[in-house]
Amino acid sequence: MDGTESLIERLSGGLQPVKRLPPPAMRAALWLGVVALLGAAFVFAFSDFATFSRRASDPKLAIELIGTLLTGVLAVIAAFELSIPDRPLTWAFLPAPTFLLWLGSSGYSCWRQIVVRGPNGWRAGEGADCFAWIVAFGVPLAVTLFMLLRKSHPLAPGPVAALAGLGVASLAAFLLQFFHPFDVTFIDLGLHLAAVATVVIIARVAARPGLAA
Amino acid sequence: MTATSAEDWGRLMAAAQSGDSSAYARLLREILPYVRAIVRRHHSTPDRVEDVVQDVLLTIHRIRHTYDPSRPFTAWLGAITHRRSVDAIRRKVRIDAAETFSPIAYETYADPAANKGIAAHEDSAVLSEAIAALPPGQRQAVELLRLKELSLAEASEASGQSVGALKVSLHRAIRALQKALGGKVDQ
Repeated sequence: MDGTESLIERLSGGLQPVKRLPPPAMRAALWLGVVALLGAAFVFAFSDFATFSRRASDPKLAIELIGTLLTGVLAVIAAFELSIPDRPLTWAFLPAPTFLLWLGSSGYSCWRQIVVRGPNGWRAGEGADCFAWIVAFGVPLAVTLFMLLRKSHPLAPGPVAALAGLGVASLAAFLLQFFHPFDVTFIDLGLHLAAVATVVIIARVAARPGLAA
Repeated sequence: MTATSAEDWGRLMAAAQSGDSSAYARLLREILPYVRAIVRRHHSTPDRVEDVVQDVLLTIHRIRHTYDPSRPFTAWLGAITHRRSVDAIRRKVRIDAAETFSPIAYETYADPAANKGIAAHEDSAVLSEAIAALPPGQRQAVELLRLKELSLAEASEASGQSVGALKVSLHRAIRALQKALGGKVDQ
């Protein structure tokens, strides 16, 4: 008890004012806004926008795109929310419905490829490139996201890091669609998901040194 | 705890965030029974309860900027206390899986010849060398907790590491020293 009392005296003795963190949603919006601006500049500078517009007019692809983008946005918001101590773990399920929408719409596209193209529908497009793309964009984005998330010193860094990983990998997969002039096959989809899982695992492994309180 | 006291705690924390040290000291003292009650749900021995309570206080201090005065203070405090309490259980399970408490291990042998091996490891030069070879965090934990004999809270304050991190560092340091010195370093 004496140790606790002397600890209280020491902690309160040299107390310095602290700057309150802005609400998590605002911090998420700030990060997402900056990434959106950079992503838009990258797309307009380097992508074949005409091809993308033609592909995006297909409702199936539009749904897939919305699912991918919303999974990224909602996972980032959930990561910021969960980094604050009093937020319930149910925040972790925020991106689940849109992730299922992404999986479902991609899976349906893959199945149609097999129906329309027969055995060719199984072939990989440029799956290996896609894998490298998602990891190469996802990891640097995760580093910038970790820099903001670590300001809250999350008490449970594991789920926060995993959501951050899912968020950046989904955003990288969304960006990839602007440079992906063909529909995905099951093998492509598998590689996309493997890339997302790789980024999530890297983020989860980096959770303790990168985020812990 | 009444609803009024919970609201007061929120106001005291808001004042503490602005640098009011007397409000902060009052808050930390007033929340102790609440924190202890939660910690006692997970830990039974008074020493361990107090260790976890101190860890909670240090965590509150480190992340006090995350409290939003527009939200209930008890939810914020309860989440921190519960998390630190569960972290302590996990650490204990990890350590207990690797160690056996054996007071008799501290006894030396009746036959003086049998103590030669132990005496050799008491050579301070060998021990200093082994400690110097430890990673910085582990070396600091050994120096503060074993050589300077500071309490966990004092060592945490001096090093900036949490109580939990210090315990883990010390545990790893002891294991590294045991390995370096042939498995004959006492806890």
